[in-house]
Amino acid sequence: MEVGRLREYIYSDRELDQVEGEAIEELKAKCQQPIPDPDKWLDEELKRNILLTSVEAVLNWARRSSLWPGICFPACCAFELIATSASRFDISRFGMEILRASPRQADLLITAGTLTWKMAPNVKRIYDQMAEPKWVIAMGACGISGGIFRSSYNVVPGYNRIVPVDVYVPGCPPRPEALLYGIRMLHNKIAKRPIIIEG
Amino acid sequence: MTLALSGEEVAARLEQQFPKNAIEPIGNSLLVKSESLFELASFLKTTPGLEFDYLSSITAIDYYDYFELVYLLTSIKHNHSLVLKTRCYGRENPILPSVVSLWQGADYQEREIYDLMGIAFEGHPNLKRIALWEGFQGHPLRKDYL
Repeated sequence: MEVGRLREYIYSDRELDQVEGEAIEELKAKCQQPIPDPDKWLDEELKRNILLTSVEAVLNWARRSSLWPGICFPACCAFELIATSASRFDISRFGMEILRASPRQADLLITAGTLTWKMAPNVKRIYDQMAEPKWVIAMGACGISGGIFRSSYNVVPGYNRIVPVDVYVPGCPPRPEALLYGIRMLHNKIAKRPIIIEG
Repeated sequence: MTLALSGEEVAARLEQQFPKNAIEPIGNSLLVKSESLFELASFLKTTPGLEFDYLSSITAIDYYDYFELVYLLTSIKHNHSLVLKTRCYGRENPILPSVVSLWQGADYQEREIYDLMGIAFEGHPNLKRIALWEGFQGHPLRKDYL
Protein backbone atom coordinates (compact mmCIF):
# COMPACT_ATOMS: atom_id res chain seq x y z
CA MET A 1 0.00 0.00 0.00
CA GLU A 2 1.39 3.39 -0.93
CA VAL A 3 1.57 6.02 1.78
CA GLY A 4 1.33 9.52 0.37
CA ARG A 5 3.57 12.30 1.72
CA LEU A 6 1.84 14.45 4.29
CA ARG A 7 3.52 17.65 3.19
CA GLU A 8 5.60 19.02 0.32
CA TYR A 9 9.01 20.44 1.30
CA ILE A 10 11.02 23.05 -0.60
CA TYR A 11 14.13 20.91 -0.39
CA SER A 12 14.12 17.22 -0.64
CA ASP A 13 15.78 15.02 2.03
CA ARG A 14 18.61 14.28 -0.28
CA GLU A 15 19.37 17.99 -0.82
CA LEU A 16 19.37 18.62 2.95
CA ASP A 17 21.79 15.74 3.57
CA GLN A 18 24.07 17.10 0.92
CA VAL A 19 24.20 20.58 2.55
CA GLU A 20 24.91 19.02 5.95
CA GLY A 21 27.69 16.87 4.50
CA GLU A 22 29.34 19.87 2.87
CA ALA A 23 29.28 21.80 6.19
CA ILE A 24 30.93 18.92 8.04
CA GLU A 25 33.61 18.55 5.36
CA GLU A 26 34.32 22.28 5.53
CA LEU A 27 34.63 22.31 9.37
CA LYS A 28 36.81 19.19 9.37
CA ALA A 29 39.16 20.75 6.78
CA LYS A 30 39.51 23.90 8.90
CA CYS A 31 40.11 22.13 12.24
CA GLN A 32 43.05 19.86 11.51
CA GLN A 33 45.28 21.54 14.14
CA PRO A 34 44.49 21.99 17.92
CA ILE A 35 43.76 25.55 19.07
CA PRO A 36 46.57 26.83 21.36
CA ASP A 37 45.73 27.18 25.12
CA PRO A 38 45.00 30.78 26.14
CA ASP A 39 48.19 31.48 28.16
CA LYS A 40 50.06 34.11 26.16
CA TRP A 41 49.20 36.80 28.71
CA LEU A 42 50.55 34.85 31.68
CA ASP A 43 54.07 36.25 31.42
CA GLU A 44 52.76 39.77 31.48
CA GLU A 45 50.57 39.01 34.50
CA LEU A 46 53.53 37.72 36.50
CA LYS A 47 55.30 40.99 35.81
CA ARG A 48 52.36 42.96 37.10
CA ASN A 49 52.08 40.94 40.34
CA ILE A 50 55.45 41.59 41.86
CA LEU A 51 54.85 43.83 44.87
CA LEU A 52 57.52 45.42 46.91
CA THR A 53 56.92 45.19 50.68
CA SER A 54 58.71 44.14 53.83
CA VAL A 55 58.64 40.64 55.29
CA GLU A 56 57.47 42.16 58.55
CA ALA A 57 54.41 43.71 56.97
CA VAL A 58 53.38 40.48 55.28
CA LEU A 59 54.03 38.35 58.35
CA ASN A 60 52.15 40.67 60.67
CA TRP A 61 49.30 40.97 58.19
CA ALA A 62 49.01 37.18 58.15
CA ARG A 63 49.20 36.95 61.93
CA ARG A 64 46.59 39.56 62.70
CA SER A 65 44.21 38.41 59.99
CA SER A 66 43.60 35.03 61.58
CA LEU A 67 43.90 35.28 65.34
CA TRP A 68 42.60 32.14 66.96
CA PRO A 69 41.31 32.70 70.48
CA GLY A 70 41.85 30.02 73.09
CA ILE A 71 39.09 29.15 75.51
CA CYS A 72 39.33 30.95 78.88
CA PHE A 73 35.82 31.87 80.03
CA PRO A 74 35.80 31.72 83.84
CA ALA A 75 32.78 33.99 84.39
CA CYS A 76 30.03 36.16 82.96
CA CYS A 77 32.02 38.14 80.36
CA ALA A 78 31.92 34.88 78.42
CA PHE A 79 28.40 35.67 77.26
CA GLU A 80 29.48 38.90 75.63
CA LEU A 81 32.33 37.01 74.01
CA ILE A 82 29.90 34.36 72.78
CA ALA A 83 27.64 37.12 71.43
CA THR A 84 30.67 38.64 69.72
CA SER A 85 31.49 35.38 68.03
CA ALA A 86 27.88 34.72 66.99
CA SER A 87 26.17 35.94 63.84
CA ARG A 88 25.19 39.46 64.89
CA PHE A 89 28.67 40.77 65.69
CA ASP A 90 30.52 37.99 63.92
CA ILE A 91 34.24 37.95 64.67
CA SER A 92 34.69 35.65 61.69
CA ARG A 93 35.03 38.94 59.80
CA PHE A 94 38.50 39.05 61.36
CA GLY A 95 39.25 35.41 60.69
CA MET A 96 38.90 34.46 64.35
CA GLU A 97 35.62 32.59 64.52
CA ILE A 98 37.24 29.36 65.63
CA LEU A 99 37.58 29.26 69.42
CA ARG A 100 40.23 26.64 69.90
CA ALA A 101 39.65 24.06 72.60
CA SER A 102 43.36 23.28 72.53
CA PRO A 103 45.68 26.12 73.59
CA ARG A 104 48.34 24.71 71.27
CA GLN A 105 46.24 25.86 68.29
CA ALA A 106 45.49 29.29 69.74
CA ASP A 107 47.45 32.53 69.73
CA LEU A 108 45.04 34.86 71.53
CA LEU A 109 43.77 34.59 75.10
CA ILE A 110 40.61 36.61 75.77
CA THR A 111 40.22 36.61 79.54
CA ALA A 112 36.44 36.69 79.83
CA GLY A 113 35.79 36.65 83.55
CA THR A 114 36.79 36.78 87.20
CA LEU A 115 39.80 34.68 88.02
CA THR A 116 40.26 33.02 91.40
CA TRP A 117 43.64 32.06 92.78
CA LYS A 118 42.48 28.46 92.80
CA MET A 119 41.95 28.67 89.02
CA ALA A 120 44.99 30.86 88.31
CA PRO A 121 47.56 28.05 87.83
CA ASN A 122 45.32 26.47 85.20
CA VAL A 123 44.94 29.71 83.24
CA LYS A 124 48.67 30.30 83.44
CA ARG A 125 49.21 26.78 82.18
CA ILE A 126 46.86 27.40 79.24
CA TYR A 127 48.83 30.54 78.43
CA ASP A 128 52.15 28.71 78.68
CA GLN A 129 50.90 26.00 76.34
CA MET A 130 49.97 28.48 73.60
CA ALA A 131 52.47 28.73 70.76
CA GLU A 132 54.49 31.92 70.23
CA PRO A 133 53.73 34.58 69.17
CA LYS A 134 50.72 35.01 71.46
CA TRP A 135 48.63 37.88 72.75
CA VAL A 136 46.25 38.52 75.64
CA ILE A 137 43.17 40.75 75.77
CA ALA A 138 42.04 41.49 79.34
CA MET A 139 38.26 41.69 78.99
CA GLY A 140 36.06 43.36 81.57
CA ALA A 141 36.61 44.95 84.96
CA CYS A 142 37.59 41.67 86.62
CA GLY A 143 40.11 40.88 83.92
CA ILE A 144 41.70 44.30 84.27
CA SER A 145 41.77 44.75 88.04
CA GLY A 146 39.64 42.14 89.77
CA GLY A 147 36.63 44.45 89.50
CA ILE A 148 34.26 44.56 92.43
CA PHE A 149 35.88 41.38 93.80
CA ARG A 150 39.33 42.95 93.94
CA SER A 151 39.59 42.87 97.74
CA SER A 152 38.32 39.30 98.01
CA TYR A 153 40.53 36.64 99.56
CA ASN A 154 40.39 34.42 96.51
CA VAL A 155 40.33 36.73 93.47
CA VAL A 156 43.31 37.58 91.29
CA PRO A 157 43.40 41.39 91.06
CA GLY A 158 43.92 41.57 87.33
CA TYR A 159 45.19 39.01 84.84
CA ASN A 160 48.42 40.96 84.50
CA ARG A 161 49.50 39.32 87.76
CA ILE A 162 49.91 36.02 85.94
CA VAL A 163 50.11 36.73 82.18
CA PRO A 164 51.29 39.77 80.18
CA VAL A 165 48.29 41.70 78.85
CA ASP A 166 48.35 43.47 75.46
CA VAL A 167 44.96 45.21 75.35
CA TYR A 168 42.58 46.16 78.16
CA VAL A 169 38.84 46.31 77.36
CA PRO A 170 36.92 47.96 80.22
CA GLY A 171 33.27 47.32 81.01
CA CYS A 172 31.22 45.10 83.29
CA PRO A 173 30.83 43.32 81.00
CA PRO A 174 32.03 45.19 77.88
CA ARG A 175 29.58 45.18 75.02
CA PRO A 176 30.58 43.27 71.90
CA GLU A 177 31.34 46.57 70.13
CA ALA A 178 33.88 47.36 72.85
CA LEU A 179 35.49 43.96 72.49
CA LEU A 180 35.62 44.37 68.70
CA TYR A 181 37.28 47.75 69.21
CA GLY A 182 39.81 46.08 71.48
CA ILE A 183 40.46 43.43 68.85
CA ARG A 184 41.02 46.15 66.23
CA MET A 185 43.47 47.85 68.59
CA LEU A 186 45.29 44.55 68.99
CA HIS A 187 45.44 44.28 65.17
CA ASN A 188 47.09 47.70 65.04
CA LYS A 189 49.49 46.62 67.75
CA ILE A 190 50.44 43.43 65.90
CA ALA A 191 51.02 45.45 62.71
CA LYS A 192 53.83 47.28 64.50
CA ARG A 193 55.50 44.16 65.84
CA PRO A 194 59.10 43.81 64.67
CA ILE A 195 60.32 40.38 63.56
CA ILE A 196 63.33 40.55 65.81
CA ILE A 197 62.48 41.73 69.29
CA GLU A 198 65.50 42.85 71.23
CA GLY A 199 65.95 41.91 74.82
CA MET B 1 3.78 21.20 96.52
CA THR B 2 6.15 19.77 99.08
CA LEU B 3 4.65 19.75 102.56
CA ALA B 4 6.93 21.46 105.07
CA LEU B 5 6.75 19.53 108.34
CA SER B 6 7.06 21.70 111.43
CA GLY B 7 9.50 20.98 114.23
CA GLU B 8 6.72 20.22 116.74
CA GLU B 9 5.13 17.73 114.42
CA VAL B 10 8.31 15.71 113.96
CA ALA B 11 9.37 16.12 117.60
CA ALA B 12 6.04 14.62 118.69
CA ARG B 13 6.75 11.53 116.61
CA LEU B 14 10.23 11.17 118.03
CA GLU B 15 9.30 11.48 121.69
CA GLN B 16 9.66 7.78 122.40
CA GLN B 17 13.01 7.32 120.69
CA PHE B 18 14.80 10.45 121.83
CA PRO B 19 15.13 11.99 125.27
CA LYS B 20 13.34 15.30 125.66
CA ASN B 21 16.51 17.30 126.16
CA ALA B 22 18.16 16.09 122.91
CA ILE B 23 15.66 17.62 120.50
CA GLU B 24 13.80 20.85 120.70
CA PRO B 25 11.44 22.46 118.18
CA ILE B 26 12.41 26.04 117.36
CA GLY B 27 10.01 28.00 115.18
CA ASN B 28 9.34 25.79 112.20
CA SER B 29 12.53 23.82 112.56
CA LEU B 30 13.94 21.13 114.79
CA LEU B 31 17.05 21.78 116.88
CA VAL B 32 19.11 18.79 117.90
CA LYS B 33 22.12 18.49 120.18
CA SER B 34 25.23 17.81 118.16
CA GLU B 35 25.92 14.54 120.04
CA SER B 36 22.59 13.13 118.83
CA LEU B 37 22.81 14.55 115.30
CA PHE B 38 23.93 11.41 113.50
CA GLU B 39 21.58 9.17 115.42
CA LEU B 40 18.63 11.47 114.70
CA ALA B 41 19.60 11.88 111.06
CA SER B 42 19.74 8.16 110.42
CA PHE B 43 16.45 7.80 112.28
CA LEU B 44 14.83 10.47 110.11
CA LYS B 45 16.13 8.75 107.01
CA THR B 46 14.96 5.23 107.84
CA THR B 47 11.77 5.58 109.89
CA PRO B 48 8.66 4.61 107.90
CA GLY B 49 6.40 7.61 107.46
CA LEU B 50 9.30 10.08 107.59
CA GLU B 51 11.95 8.67 105.27
CA PHE B 52 13.93 11.80 104.45
CA ASP B 53 15.85 10.26 101.58
CA TYR B 54 17.23 13.47 100.10
CA LEU B 55 19.45 16.18 101.60
CA SER B 56 18.74 19.43 99.75
CA SER B 57 21.51 21.46 101.32
CA ILE B 58 23.61 22.20 104.37
CA THR B 59 24.31 25.76 105.49
CA ALA B 60 26.47 27.05 108.32
CA ILE B 61 25.91 30.35 110.12
CA ASP B 62 28.33 32.10 112.43
CA TYR B 63 26.58 33.60 115.49
CA TYR B 64 29.88 34.42 117.28
CA ASP B 65 28.87 32.36 120.37
CA TYR B 66 28.24 29.27 118.32
CA PHE B 67 27.98 28.00 114.78
CA GLU B 68 24.57 26.87 113.62
CA LEU B 69 24.23 24.28 110.88
CA VAL B 70 21.00 24.04 108.91
CA TYR B 71 20.14 20.79 107.17
CA LEU B 72 17.30 20.99 104.64
CA LEU B 73 15.87 17.50 104.40
CA THR B 74 13.37 16.31 101.82
CA SER B 75 11.49 13.08 101.39
CA ILE B 76 10.93 12.36 97.74
CA LYS B 77 8.80 9.37 98.67
CA HIS B 78 6.34 11.27 100.86
CA ASN B 79 6.88 14.72 99.35
CA HIS B 80 7.54 16.51 102.60
CA SER B 81 10.47 18.45 104.00
CA LEU B 82 12.04 19.41 107.32
CA VAL B 83 14.54 22.01 108.52
CA LEU B 84 16.97 20.43 110.96
CA LYS B 85 19.39 22.56 112.95
CA THR B 86 22.27 21.84 115.21
CA ARG B 87 24.71 24.01 117.12
CA CYS B 88 28.40 23.73 117.58
CA TYR B 89 30.19 25.65 120.34
CA GLY B 90 33.79 26.83 120.44
CA ARG B 91 35.77 28.63 117.75
CA GLU B 92 39.08 26.86 118.05
CA ASN B 93 38.30 23.37 116.91
CA PRO B 94 34.59 22.82 116.31
CA ILE B 95 33.67 19.26 115.39
CA LEU B 96 30.39 17.78 114.20
CA PRO B 97 29.45 14.29 113.02
CA SER B 98 29.40 13.82 109.26
CA VAL B 99 26.24 12.67 107.49
CA VAL B 100 27.95 11.60 104.26
CA SER B 101 27.33 7.96 105.08
CA LEU B 102 23.58 8.75 105.05
CA TRP B 103 23.39 11.24 102.17
CA GLN B 104 26.14 11.24 99.54
CA GLY B 105 25.22 14.80 98.58
CA ALA B 106 26.63 16.03 101.90
CA ASP B 107 30.18 15.28 100.70
CA TYR B 108 31.01 18.54 98.89
CA GLN B 109 28.84 20.69 101.14
CA GLU B 110 30.59 19.53 104.30
CA ARG B 111 33.92 20.12 102.60
CA GLU B 112 32.79 23.65 101.72
CA ILE B 113 31.75 24.33 105.32
CA TYR B 114 35.05 22.90 106.53
CA ASP B 115 36.85 25.14 104.06
CA LEU B 116 35.02 28.42 104.66
CA MET B 117 33.78 28.07 108.26
CA GLY B 118 36.42 25.81 109.74
CA ILE B 119 34.07 23.18 111.15
CA ALA B 120 35.49 19.67 111.02
CA PHE B 121 33.21 16.74 110.25
CA GLU B 122 34.01 13.53 112.02
CA GLY B 123 33.66 10.50 109.75
CA HIS B 124 33.90 12.39 106.48
CA PRO B 125 35.71 10.21 103.89
CA ASN B 126 37.71 13.03 102.26
CA LEU B 127 37.75 16.10 104.45
CA LYS B 128 39.93 18.73 102.78
CA ARG B 129 39.55 22.23 101.37
CA ILE B 130 37.38 22.53 98.25
CA ALA B 131 37.14 26.20 97.13
CA LEU B 132 40.46 27.38 98.51
CA TRP B 133 43.86 25.81 98.34
CA GLU B 134 45.79 23.79 100.88
CA GLY B 135 47.80 26.20 103.01
CA PHE B 136 45.28 29.07 102.98
CA GLN B 137 45.23 30.84 106.34
CA GLY B 138 41.89 31.19 108.09
CA HIS B 139 38.27 30.53 107.17
CA PRO B 140 36.83 33.46 105.18
CA LEU B 141 33.12 33.08 105.93
CA ARG B 142 33.63 33.46 109.68
CA LYS B 143 32.42 36.78 110.99
CA ASP B 144 35.79 37.57 112.56
CA TYR B 145 37.81 36.90 109.40
CA LEU B 146 39.94 39.95 108.57
